[in-house]
Amino acid sequence: MTLDHRQHHADTLRATLSLVMYPIQAIVGLPASTGNWLAENLSSRQTLLSHNKELRDEQLLLKIKMQKLESLEAENQRLRELLGSSFKVGEKTLIAELVAVDMDPFSQQLLLNKGSLDKVYSGQPILDANGVMGQVLDVGPVSSTAILITDPSHAIPVEVNRNGLRAIALGIGDTNQLDLPHIPNNADIKTGDLLVTSGLGGRFPAGYPVARVTAVTNNPGASFASVAAKPTAKLLSTREILLVWLEKQPEQKESPRTEGPES
Amino acid sequence: MMASTSRANLVVLGSLVIAFMLTVIPLPEWLVLLRPEWVALTLIYWSMALPNRIGVGVAWTTGLFLDVLRGGLLGQQALSLCIIVYITLKLYQRIRVAPLWQQAFSILVLIMLHQLLNLWVKGITGQPPQSWTYWLPAFTSMLIWPLCFIALRELRRHFRVS
Repeated sequence: MTLDHRQHHADTLRATLSLVMYPIQAIVGLPASTGNWLAENLSSRQTLLSHNKELRDEQLLLKIKMQKLESLEAENQRLRELLGSSFKVGEKTLIAELVAVDMDPFSQQLLLNKGSLDKVYSGQPILDANGVMGQVLDVGPVSSTAILITDPSHAIPVEVNRNGLRAIALGIGDTNQLDLPHIPNNADIKTGDLLVTSGLGGRFPAGYPVARVTAVTNNPGASFASVAAKPTAKLLSTREILLVWLEKQPEQKESPRTEGPES
Repeated sequence: MMASTSRANLVVLGSLVIAFMLTVIPLPEWLVLLRPEWVALTLIYWSMALPNRIGVGVAWTTGLFLDVLRGGLLGQQALSLCIIVYITLKLYQRIRVAPLWQQAFSILVLIMLHQLLNLWVKGITGQPPQSWTYWLPAFTSMLIWPLCFIALRELRRHFRVS
């Protein structure tokens, strides 16, 4: 049975069982969500007003940035068309909420309140406001489990934002740390570098922040440097997360130069 | 006869649902590692109290639900629960007559076996837990067993399940 599951034959069974278990999980999560609801509804007018003002200021700032971004995106798209490589823009997203339940303490998983009825699929990337959180693992009809990027069995392809150096970020079971193995001692990577998804592997959309490098240790005896990074997403304190649908698989068209001689 | 059987089933099911809820209820960070194996404890109790009714099949089904609930491999908890329930069924006449604190030691052994089996499955699939805190639930389960036993016995007597 266990071995069978490694080839994913039992996924439908799991989905059905999860439908049965969801009421239990929802009831357990109820006190937390009620608490949040109460906090939202009973907060004073003063705090609401100040909060409102903060949000409005932030929105203004974001809008200004957005204007620039749109023109940049259009320009980027145009340039890419000139180069002959297509690039996806505008992924579809959906906001899901976490159900406040504890899963196995030795693997890092979350329960989301959206499932296959909302067209969530296994392997779907999830994000929060600050970066990539992980991906969907199992999908039930109304709920799904997601695995965090810091789970020991998870790896995500990344690149250094500054110079495009590619690497793989492995989870080690600590929510504050990712490991980057197989980086040569002389590679150009520094503390403070932002790691973004590279989009290789076709599972995560390219260009989302994943982690920031916190330590680079060069050990002269070893063939690789040991690099540690801290996830930018708030893995433990987020309640709402973003599910992303890739509209188009990233594809690289043949470059015009190789097509040239034939035509 | 029919009525008492269905009532017994309801009581067992109800206690298992409560055990499931206790298994996933959010706890503070330092308590998470101390969480007893509620479902295993409940199953051990019922297989000792109603050995002719609660068997390996019930354990298997419960284990499957537990796997979905905790996000493990499907079948991992089911396997280990089956084995400990089987052992309990073999030994219930000896465990049941012992005083509570002696029972607690048998519980320690059973829960450790449960965890050991789970550890093997995790090890085979390549994500073994690295620290000794993995074994803490066995000890908390042992400590909480007398309480659990008395609560479930009261429940059983109240609903006259036998």
